[in-house]
Amino acid sequence: MIPPTFEYHAPKTVGEAIGLLGSLGGDAKLLAGGHSLLPMMKLRFAQPEHLIDLNRIAELRGVCEKGDVVCIGAMTVENELIASPVLQAKAPLLVQAAKLIADPQVRNRGTIGGDIAHGDPANDHPALALALGATFVLQGPGGRRSVKADDFFLGTYMTALAEDEILVQIDVPAFAPKTGYSYTKLKRKTGDWATAGAAVVMRMDGGKVSHLRIGLTNLAPAALRATAAEQALIGQPINDATLDAAAKAAMAACDPAEDLRGSVDYKRAMAGQMLKRALREAATRCQ
Amino acid sequence: MAKKLISVTVNGRVQDKAVEPRTLLVHFLREELNLTGAHIGCETSHCGACTVDIDGQSVKSCTHLAVQCDGSEVLTVEGLAQAGVLHAVQEGFYKEHGLQCGFCTPGMLMRAYRFLQHNPSPSEEEIRAGMSGNLCRCTGYQNIVKAVQYAAAKLQQTAKEAA
Repeated sequence: MIPPTFEYHAPKTVGEAIGLLGSLGGDAKLLAGGHSLLPMMKLRFAQPEHLIDLNRIAELRGVCEKGDVVCIGAMTVENELIASPVLQAKAPLLVQAAKLIADPQVRNRGTIGGDIAHGDPANDHPALALALGATFVLQGPGGRRSVKADDFFLGTYMTALAEDEILVQIDVPAFAPKTGYSYTKLKRKTGDWATAGAAVVMRMDGGKVSHLRIGLTNLAPAALRATAAEQALIGQPINDATLDAAAKAAMAACDPAEDLRGSVDYKRAMAGQMLKRALREAATRCQ
Repeated sequence: MAKKLISVTVNGRVQDKAVEPRTLLVHFLREELNLTGAHIGCETSHCGACTVDIDGQSVKSCTHLAVQCDGSEVLTVEGLAQAGVLHAVQEGFYKEHGLQCGFCTPGMLMRAYRFLQHNPSPSEEEIRAGMSGNLCRCTGYQNIVKAVQYAAAKLQQTAKEAA
């Protein structure tokens, strides 16, 4: 399968890329790792006239720490997330999760920004960003603006990113000491999307949950923040009864689509299981 | 659409070519350079039969544009053997019967080559994780794991002798 014809552009700076996006308009698509876009082009689900390749923009890659915030360049690839000492120390959820995304070769190309901006509910980074309380930095012709992950995912392939904007950076609050975390992902094989996935960031105080954010993967038209499940656990200890209550609340919020991975009921049940496992693992890491 | 001029080093040889932007790297290698080792399998970046090395990293060449390789160094399975002597990973697949039909083998070899550069003495579990982006429909993977173990031991022995 060969993609349809297009003009190729390889800007060296973000400014240049935004200029191209402005002049080429809706006929252009941004190319990050290409592992969603190129297969879609082969199948003619996408037929952009122009591709703007972001891979040669050095300023979009890398992880750094600014005070209490970890800043991740949007073109940082999954294997760079796994290898990052800053993330290992300050946001290890992303290290654990990136190892569960795709396979070793794809992790050399797939980027955190592409995964988020694509708006696919089956991608893993949207739910992770919800759990982390991340903020996305979007840059357009008028400058930069910040959008919280909570306000970014509007529906399947729909995000708050405007047509003339580029997602340039992901800001993640650095983990305070004793922050627990976990990402659990049920998948049929390496490289598959999640049948159900749960991302958890948790802190405890005196044996009770004091901070909790939950993001769910591939269980609704967009990545889902399970706020009712969070509320069910805040102020509570972690035990079988409270975990059941949280899982029930999360399952009620899920709206998965039936496909070869399973029926709606099966996926909802697996959402509950993945969430319980993630909460248990996160709790053990709060000590 | 206008062709783009690219300069890419493949198996040590500089190739200056004009390519259509939509040309995938695997097609460029197979049809432009007649390097048919990298195979076209699933075409959706799942099976790994098209795996090559770009600038020291394993990449699936069915999901990479040739034009993106301008200025890069690409290594394919044709570049593994040196002066007619098989590379340790090739010898391993041969000795341990790491293939039956052979379709996945070029991708397996290129992935094993790069994996062992990153992790010269892997556990069995690490080999299975490191090779998880390559599918094989014949072997059940057991002999592929053994082949990678053989190559790891051989490479370590060679390094020791050189030291």
